[in-house]
Amino acid sequence: MVTTPNGFDLDNSGRRIVVDPVTRIEGHMRCEVNVDDEGVIRNAVSTGTMWRGLEVILKGRDPRDAWAFTERICGVCTGTHALTSVRAVEDALNISIPDNANSIRNMMQLNLEIHDHVVHFYHLHALDWVNPINALRADPKATSELQQKVSPSHPLSSPGYFRDVQNRLKKFVESGQLGLFKNGYWDNPAYLLPPEADLMATTHYLEALDLQKEIVKVHTIFGGKNPHPNWLVGGVPCPINVHSTGAVGAINMERLNLVSSIIDKCDEFNKNVYLPDVKAIGSFYKNWLYGGGLSSKACLAYGDIPENPNDFSPEQLHLPRGAIINGNLNEVHDVDPRDPEQVQEFVDHSWYDYGEPGKGLHPWDGVTEPKYELGPNAKGTKTNIKELDEAAKYSWIKAPRWRGNAMEVGPLARYIVGYAKGHEDIKNQVDGFLRDMNLPVEALFSTLGRTAARALESEYCGRLQRHFFDKLVANIKNGDESTANIEKWDPSTWPKEAKGVGMTEAPRGALGHWIKIKDGRIENYQCVVPTTWNGSPRDTAGNIGAFEASLMNTPMERPDEPVEILRTLHSFDPCLACSTHVMSPDGDELTTVKVR
Amino acid sequence: MPAKVLILGIGNVLWADEGFGVRCVERLASKYAFDDNVRILDGGTQGLYLLPFLEEADTLIVFDAVDYGLEPGTMKIVENDEVPQFMGAKKMSLHQTGFQDVIATAQLMGYCPETLLLIGCQPEELEDYGGGLRDVVAAQIDPAIDIAMDYLAKWDIRANEGQSDQSLLADASILRDAYEGGRPDADDACRIGDDRFFPVGE
Repeated sequence: MVTTPNGFDLDNSGRRIVVDPVTRIEGHMRCEVNVDDEGVIRNAVSTGTMWRGLEVILKGRDPRDAWAFTERICGVCTGTHALTSVRAVEDALNISIPDNANSIRNMMQLNLEIHDHVVHFYHLHALDWVNPINALRADPKATSELQQKVSPSHPLSSPGYFRDVQNRLKKFVESGQLGLFKNGYWDNPAYLLPPEADLMATTHYLEALDLQKEIVKVHTIFGGKNPHPNWLVGGVPCPINVHSTGAVGAINMERLNLVSSIIDKCDEFNKNVYLPDVKAIGSFYKNWLYGGGLSSKACLAYGDIPENPNDFSPEQLHLPRGAIINGNLNEVHDVDPRDPEQVQEFVDHSWYDYGEPGKGLHPWDGVTEPKYELGPNAKGTKTNIKELDEAAKYSWIKAPRWRGNAMEVGPLARYIVGYAKGHEDIKNQVDGFLRDMNLPVEALFSTLGRTAARALESEYCGRLQRHFFDKLVANIKNGDESTANIEKWDPSTWPKEAKGVGMTEAPRGALGHWIKIKDGRIENYQCVVPTTWNGSPRDTAGNIGAFEASLMNTPMERPDEPVEILRTLHSFDPCLACSTHVMSPDGDELTTVKVR
Repeated sequence: MPAKVLILGIGNVLWADEGFGVRCVERLASKYAFDDNVRILDGGTQGLYLLPFLEEADTLIVFDAVDYGLEPGTMKIVENDEVPQFMGAKKMSLHQTGFQDVIATAQLMGYCPETLLLIGCQPEELEDYGGGLRDVVAAQIDPAIDIAMDYLAKWDIRANEGQSDQSLLADASILRDAYEGGRPDADDACRIGDDRFFPVGE
């Protein structure tokens, strides 16, 4: 047994369980754990099985186009990558954006947070808590009563409504197209909900589908189209002309009214459905407080949603910035992404080579040089790995560290940083939630806490959306229709060399793009994405990353059915597509679980 | 009222032949002018974002690179009920798990288009990050479009030579010519994956 510097006792002597790939995530990842005789996880190894090469393909391109490439990395947070990219270029070239552009970008980013959180909870994560097959056994009348109890203001709650949904579900399941619900472990005792709660939550799975396709229209309106909305260095590409009617492109009153109605829909769903569901489902899992991992020790947030354009100072950000280390919540450190001593990436356990061991590189000086090799204790071959050797290189994900510390990022990290800083909205939300659930503050440091923080943040983002909508409308009424600053559009106005950093809070955590520009072209581009932080392998000192830490000491009901592993890994909303590049030689979507 | 048709290209343009579907719709929109009942969309690797487009369509045509285990460049046409099964089969590329889920979700919600047509091309190379289409696959863009036009004519949907609405296609910087022409040197930007893809003799 070894104790890591960040305080975890690792014991790899027990049975090894391999889950590959981890399903219901974006991209491909693999996880291996050792369990003891009682089925408790005593060692965890998480690996990105895809090689990442985004940075290198941007070399020599026009920096004003980088957003369009970064938007293609992944199928989920396209807009967040684009926003981070234009911010990096604006930072490098010292371009300031107009107030309206800030409000519009914030609304798009907030809308994406809500969309991602809702879709993640209902379509990717709920099935780790909710059993849709069990929902077929529910009594629609009792489900209706449950619905009215947990959310009296939700209009869709009649017994007939739930009966209809149940019939629809039955037909879908009986047609043999289990489709979306296949590969579940539906008779596993880790599922704790009564059938009525299962039916209620499965019904909301369908309601969330209808909601999500409405709310993305905000991206169509402000970004010109969705998927792949348009972005612009210097502002936003949509002109404002409130007096126009039906014209293509321009933002007019009709479109603003549509945005306003979408904001209302988000708020209603958060208030009537999402938050009540998390509380109702959570109340059955109150004793399942595993999965905290690094959250009680080390959290990082870059912060986002600046109140005013071009001002990223921490007190100006609605989503908080800060770093907590060594479990000391009384001290929140400020984060400077330019400081070469703060954010560094290590590759001692990653399939890359920096030329010398133990070296950490700041992203501006980042190198993406692949080196694929297995350690001496790995089992299998380089083309068919049976078991990884975590003492050697074992992942395509680099190991980013903040002042040498492995950090958790994401909604829970943001909420812990906000709570520790005394952020009023966040503190009120968290205290209210804990009071309603009758849980102590320590309960936050768990998979359940991570799931709750996402729901609370969705609600908060809804309120912020309204704030920036009002701000935009007030500004337009005062005669300001400016949406872009094109003073420095022409590369002849740029310095010969420049470097910048763009930061956002993507739905799944702190996202940074670092750019170096030379002679009007991209010289180096590095993305440090949220899943690189959370999914990072061990570092030189032996610290384990957030995914690995979160699995430690979790008991498994049935070691060959990884419900608990999936439940906790999914709580991070992992997105491997951008932290790595495709690896799996076939798209085999069946998870293989091997117990050795 | 004429049937509403969605012509969708899916795939990731950053992964060589994976971009086939997206490049097909790009070419289609620059070659033919359709009436308003036909919508041409670059779907990329998006999942649920595509649902609203499926909902408003009666007929869906999908262009995609699909690994059927055939000779590179071989075309394969799949219709209606077979489409989701094919997309759920093994050896599909990454995003297709996603698109299969999109179809399943649309069916569950009752808004899957009635008529489905998948025009697939066997890719030669997927593991060349930042690369463009291989010749053998690029050569199938026009034939793939002809296949779509034949089906459309059968459904009584016609087009003139000209251009269609380009607003739902990729940004100009990653349209095929700009993307493939602007690629950095192999010396500057490593292009290989790992031994699991290049196991022999390397």
